[in-house]
Amino acid sequence: MVKEIERMGLTVVHVCTVTPISLTVGANRIVPAVAIPYPLGNPKLTADEEFSLRKKLVQQALDALEQPVSEQTIFEN
Amino acid sequence: METRRIVLYLNQFFGQIGGEDQAHIAPQSFDKPIGPGLGLKGLLPKNCTIVGTIVCGDSYFNENLEEASATVGEMIKDFDPHVVIAGPAFNAGRYGMACGTVGKIASEMGIPAVSGMYPENPGVESYRQYLYIVETGNSAASMRTALPSIARLAGKLANQEPLGSPAEEGYLSRGIRKNVFAEKRGSDRAIDMLLAKLQGEEFETEYPIPHFDRVDPAPAVADLSQATLALVTSGGIVPKGNPDRIEASSASHYGRYSIAGVESLTADAYETAHGGYDPVYANQVPNRVVPVDALRALEQEGKIGKLFPYFYSTVGNGTSVANAKKFASEIAHELVNEGVQAVILTST
Repeated sequence: MVKEIERMGLTVVHVCTVTPISLTVGANRIVPAVAIPYPLGNPKLTADEEFSLRKKLVQQALDALEQPVSEQTIFEN
Repeated sequence: METRRIVLYLNQFFGQIGGEDQAHIAPQSFDKPIGPGLGLKGLLPKNCTIVGTIVCGDSYFNENLEEASATVGEMIKDFDPHVVIAGPAFNAGRYGMACGTVGKIASEMGIPAVSGMYPENPGVESYRQYLYIVETGNSAASMRTALPSIARLAGKLANQEPLGSPAEEGYLSRGIRKNVFAEKRGSDRAIDMLLAKLQGEEFETEYPIPHFDRVDPAPAVADLSQATLALVTSGGIVPKGNPDRIEASSASHYGRYSIAGVESLTADAYETAHGGYDPVYANQVPNRVVPVDALRALEQEGKIGKLFPYFYSTVGNGTSVANAKKFASEIAHELVNEGVQAVILTST
């Protein structure tokens, strides 16, 4: 899906936990997520802590969108 | 004939530990055949014994790749097998990646490995060079036809019998070229192929040209604070009750849902339709998959110009590549027409 969206000229970032799959499907901007059942959260944290974590990850995704890349890139946390 | 030792790798489901609620379990080792191992037992050559089964949760393996690989490697070593069988994983993505990794670990130890997967499983593309992957159907309904091929291949490898080409043996091409003696020289074979092609007859190429479908990275977004950004997910978040009835696996369609005026995806209004991961956490806080709350905050702060007033959702569980392409292409056309410049796509 990432590839088809990018094919249309949209800048897209893939936020996912299993980054090897993301590389296989051809995503170019990849931000590693927390866990498969909760990519942008963590049930072990308090609601406030979890919100901060999520906001940080989304901010990373935004940074990736603003970053020029020439090849598949994983933006490590 | 000398006895040959075989070790089986299974996920939590086929290892009979549990469903998605047990997908987080760390590797466990059992000194007997389990699940598909019982079927394989009767199909393997008489001198082959399944001496052990290693079971690991699909989420655990993929989320803790290094630890899981190390532990499973040690467990394989303890059994000292001649062959490792992983799966079959059919079209289960996490399971396929785990089976592929197990094949890679075994091959690094000098032990041949066999698995079974549907050709679209991401494990095929990522790990095909490390193990023999028998082509299966896309679900466990094809277990009955998958096991005899896996057993035959594993038996041959265990007894160090020569293997034929992928087409002859029923495994997916590993992209390895082997020198063989042909009866006719190359120019004769090429002319035969050309004549067959000109007459519209069937012919088989000796070297399929690899097809790399890559899309170049789109340019960076110049100024996100002026841009409209859209959220897309394969994690199956839908309004409560799943109004479009998006399937829990092998989705045939996607949904577009308004988030105009929505500050946060709450448990009373949204849930997940995805059947391929434990839904408890996403149902509790749907923002964990589609981070509307965080994007609203960043929108307020002026980090993005605007959050597109709809999010798009489908279920990426066993969904065919053809469908996923079609959904994304339709979504992308719509987003471009609506003036969206950037997309965050989340996957579970």
